[in-house]
Order: sequence, then C-alpha cells, then structure tokens
Amino acid sequence: MTLLRTVLLRLITTLITLLGVAVIVFVVIRVVPGNPIAMMLPPGATEADILRLETQYGFDKSIPQQFVIWLGGVMQGDFGMSISTRQPVSTLVLSRLPATLELSIVALLIAVIAGGTMALLGTRFRDTKTEGLVDVTAGMALSIPDFLWGLVLILLFGVLWPIFHISGRISPSLDIDFTTNFYLFEAILRLRFDVIADLIGHMFMPAVALAIPLAAIIAQLLKQSLKETMNLDYVTLARTKGYGEGKVITSEALPNAILPTLTLVGVQFTFLIGGTVIIERLFSYEGLGNMAIDAVINRDLPLIQGIVILFALLFTLINLAVDMLYVVLNPRLRHA
Amino acid sequence: MSYLQIKNLDVRLKGGGPILRRVSLDVTAGQVHGLVGESGAGKSMIGKAVLGTLPRALEITGGAIMLDGTDIGTLPPAERRKRIGATAALIPQDPLTALNPSKRIGPQITRRLVDILGWRRADAQARALELLDEVHIPDPTRVMRSYPHELSGGMRQRILIASAFAAEPKLIIADEPTTALDVTVQKQILRLIAEMQKRHGTALLFVTHDLGVVSKVCDSLSVLYAGKVVEDARMQRFFMSPIHAYSRALLAATPTYTDPKGSLMPVPDTVIDAVELEIAQHDVRAQA
Ligand SMILES: Nc1ncnc2c1ncn2[C@@H]1O[C@H](COP(=O)(O)OP(=O)(O)OP(=O)(O)O)[C@@H](O)[C@H]1O
Ligand SMILES: [Mg+2]
Repeated sequence: MTLLRTVLLRLITTLITLLGVAVIVFVVIRVVPGNPIAMMLPPGATEADILRLETQYGFDKSIPQQFVIWLGGVMQGDFGMSISTRQPVSTLVLSRLPATLELSIVALLIAVIAGGTMALLGTRFRDTKTEGLVDVTAGMALSIPDFLWGLVLILLFGVLWPIFHISGRISPSLDIDFTTNFYLFEAILRLRFDVIADLIGHMFMPAVALAIPLAAIIAQLLKQSLKETMNLDYVTLARTKGYGEGKVITSEALPNAILPTLTLVGVQFTFLIGGTVIIERLFSYEGLGNMAIDAVINRDLPLIQGIVILFALLFTLINLAVDMLYVVLNPRLRHA
Repeated sequence: MSYLQIKNLDVRLKGGGPILRRVSLDVTAGQVHGLVGESGAGKSMIGKAVLGTLPRALEITGGAIMLDGTDIGTLPPAERRKRIGATAALIPQDPLTALNPSKRIGPQITRRLVDILGWRRADAQARALELLDEVHIPDPTRVMRSYPHELSGGMRQRILIASAFAAEPKLIIADEPTTALDVTVQKQILRLIAEMQKRHGTALLFVTHDLGVVSKVCDSLSVLYAGKVVEDARMQRFFMSPIHAYSRALLAATPTYTDPKGSLMPVPDTVIDAVELEIAQHDVRAQA
C-alpha cells in the first residue's frame, strides 16, 4: 500500500520534472538567435523558400502553440522530424542511445572497481603511506576534469604508445551484422571475442576518461565511511572472534559503509553520462552525446529537444534505481 | 587452573605516557573476577589488550598475557587472532551497537564457528538454536532470521551473551555489560551472565563501576586506579578489610547491598592525593 503510493508519487514527480525540462529547453532553443531553416538551405535560397519550410516545420506559429503541437505528438510517441537529417527524431535518438549506455556503464564499472579497490586498500593500510598514496591519487584525479583526462589519455595511449584506438566505436572490418545497437552486449552474447576486444579497444580511453573523476570520488567517500565504520562496536566484536583485518573490512564494514557511497554514485553517474557529450566528441564515438553537439551546431531544434528529454528521462530512472537499490541493501528500510 | 593470567602488563600511548602500569591479574576456571575503578582508569584497555583490540594509538610495551597457559604475545599475528577467537570472547557494553545492522542474527552467531573453528554449518546452526534457548529467548528459529533492529536491547544482549558462549571459550570478558540497558533488564541480564558462567565453568573477567554488582557476582576483584592495580583480593576479604586507602574510600562511596539507603561518601581528595603520589613514585621507580 505505502509502497504503491511511493511509486505512484514518484511517477507523478517524474512526469512533472520531464514536462518542466521540456518547457525550458523548448523555449530556450527558440529564443536564442539562429534560424534552423536558414542554416539547412543553400546560401541562394529565397525568402519564399524559407517561409515555406518554416510553415512545414511549424516555426511560423507562436512558441506556446508549437509546444502544444509538439506535446501532442509526443503523447503518440512522435518526437517530430530532425531538420538536418530528415529522419524521425525517435529513430535517430534510439539508434544512438545504446552506444552511450554501453560507454557509460563500462565507465561506471571501471570507476566502481578502481575506486572501490582504492578505498579498500586505503582502509586496510590506513595511517600508512598506502593511504597517503590513495589520497594523493584521488586528489590528482579530481583536480582535472574528464575531457582533459581524455586528452592526456590520447597523448599517452594514442600517440606515445599507440595501443588503443583513438576514435570511433568499432573497426569497419569487424562491423559484424549486429541486430541491435548494443554492440558490446551482443558481441558478448555471441562470444565473438575478436569483436569484444575491438570494441573495448575503442571504448577504453573514453570510458577511463569518464571514470577517473568518479573513481576518485568513490575512493574518497567509501574510504571515509569505511574508516568510520571500522571503529564501531560490531566491527571490534568481529575482530575478537578471530577474523583478520581484510575479512573484517570486506564482510563486516563494507556492507554498511557502502550505503552513503551508493547514493552519491547514483548522482555522480548522471554527471558521468552528462560528460559523454564532450568525451564522445573528443573520441568521435558515435553516441547520443556526439549527436547532441551536431544537433546544436545545426540548430536542429526537434533533435535537441528529443535528446534532452531522453537524457532527463535517463537521469530520473537512474535516481529511481538507486533509491530502490538503497532499500534492498538496507534491511532497516525493507519493511518500512 | 588459570585461564587468564596477566603479568606486569605495560600499555602506553604511542610516543606518550603510560595507560596501564605493570598490571597483573589472574582469573581461574569457574571464577568471576571483578575489575573496578573509576572512569578512565584503564579497565576497558585491559580487556582490549587481552582480546587484541587495543586502539591503534596504544601499544603493549611490556609484560605477558597468558590465555589458557599460552603466552599469546609470542604467537604470530594470524595465529594469535585465531587463538584468542577460540579461547576468549567478549560480552560488549552496548547491545545496540554491537550487532551488525545489515546481517541476520543467525549468521552473526554461527559464522565464526564455521569460518574460524571449522564447524559444519548444520552443527553451528543447531548450537546457535540451543544457546538462544539457553539464554531464554522465545522462538529462537524466528530470532535467528531477524535483523538486530527488529529486537529489543535486552534481547540483543541475550543474543550477544549466547554468541559469547558459542565456542565454549575458556575466558569471557564482560565490559560493563548492563550499563546500556534499563534498570529492570539489568538485573535479568546480570543473573543470566552469572548463570551461564556457572553452567559452562568459564572464567569471567567482569568490568564494572559498581561495587554493589561486584559483591553479587564476583569471587575476587582487582581495583584499578590510573592504570595501576591498587588492590587485588578475594571478595570477602575485600569487603571485610580493604587494605588500600583508595579501596576503602571506594567502598565508602558505594551504597552497600545490605543497606541501600546507607550514607554515601565521595572519595575524599586526600585519598586521591595519596594515590596520585604513590603512582608518581611508582613511575619514578619504573624509569630508574
Ligand atoms: N583510542 C585511544 N587513544 C588514546 N588514548 C585512549 C584511547 N582510548 C582510551 N584511551 C585512554 O586510556 C585510558 C583508559 O581508558 P579505558 O577506556 O580503559 O577506561 P575505563 O576504565 O574503561 O573507563 P570507563 O569506566 O569510562 O569505561 C583513558 O585515560 C583514555 O584516555
Ligand atoms: Mg570502559
């Protein structure tokens, strides 16, 4: 009963949020200067040509009118036509989403594994040089934003020791007949190890660049809460039972210390996805973010609108997932 | 048979002053030894030194701790941990914080039997149920599946007592096991600890502020002041004729169990001064 109410309430707030985002984006991209129609036509186009196309895309109407028309379409799953590519926005956006999701999830995995390991090591060897090293590494990682890490990685592993691909998502020779756009997922299911290796080779640098700041945040926060947990009575009691320090950390402290980190990782994961916009551009990775920049350059209003709404939806879903995971992991909330 | 023998134990703050000064005490099988002294005297640190859980800022600088005849200081760390885990157990002060909030009760009792002592899972399970029954917990099967937050403080302390006895340790250290509970529950828990200790023939080191409690459950006691044992006596002798001035003052400051309304006297400053002087002299001797 209460759970149902919570979920319903959550759905309603989500819808209101999305509507708010839609209104803001809709208005902002229409009041900034730059005529999308003029940009898509060759330089010699006449006033009449422009006017004709403006009518076709509905730009001759007032902004509120345009919004109502757009919203009506959205209700039926129609996000309009992209001006620059003349394809349905929904098709375009959904074809790119898998690439961005795969990149973000791989980056998240790298961040969790690297940050988690650092936090565990820092806790196990707290008050020693090892903890100092963890702190310094995390501090350095955080003092540089993700896209600059991308440049550093390109210089290191693209130029100095060219071991990874610096652009694209897959080598053309290995572009097997994918049925979905989840290339990595599909390659894993089909056990095509050559394709997996190639995809990872492309994804590695952008994913690491995205992961570095998040890994540092996880390392700092998780280490902090692990160290606090290590002083609690039940951890001390476990020590008297004969467990070694490593075991005490992983099996007594970690399950409790991880909760505050989890909430933060949820929020930070949405920032990470936001980071894909620039990182995908930097590595010419064919994802949603890269398409967003093209859309802005081309003033492709319907496409921008669609991408932003999709990002907003993605962020709300992630937050919802984190909240649910929090309840699952915390027995004190499970029956509430 | 001495289950715990501490000989001239010195504990210091790393790069700082002494916390325990040549502490010696002896707890034999089936006996309850009280450890009293005011706050900050070092009672808990004695227990922690024995159990290997001293705060990182402290270190043992001298003396020996013999657990069931073995000098644990001579064992390599991993083996020492296991030996302590198999020979000794702790009944903690605050049952609300001493159980892991994210784990069910069952595993919190049985895991160490399986992990450290190599029991079969089913045996550990059966043992836990038996113990929960022994500490008078109704419906042990349900409690085994519960999380700590679903149980009252008294219940949780019973569980911790059961858990302490699970591996049949030779020695149990109870560090103010009732101070965090409300008064009505305190008595029951005290009785339960005494009852369990007798039935299992365990040696019990009982840390408390409360001489009234000591007089009820202990066979002997040590009085600790500023990290030093100022008196070590059988119960009867202590209450009949305490030797040390601080002990006498402590007794005078405690309502007797025969006369709970008896007049209370704070420990006089003159006595404190005398003890301080004695300890200062001790330190001078130790440095010489
Ligand atoms: N983590 C620590 N770091 C440094 N000194 C400590 C630490 N823990 C305790 N001490 C010092 O050790 C001394 C003894 O403390 P201990 O906890 O053993 O006292 P206690 O007799 O158990 O007191 P209480 O009755 O309040 O529990 C105190 O003077 C305290 O300041
Ligand atoms: Mg204490």
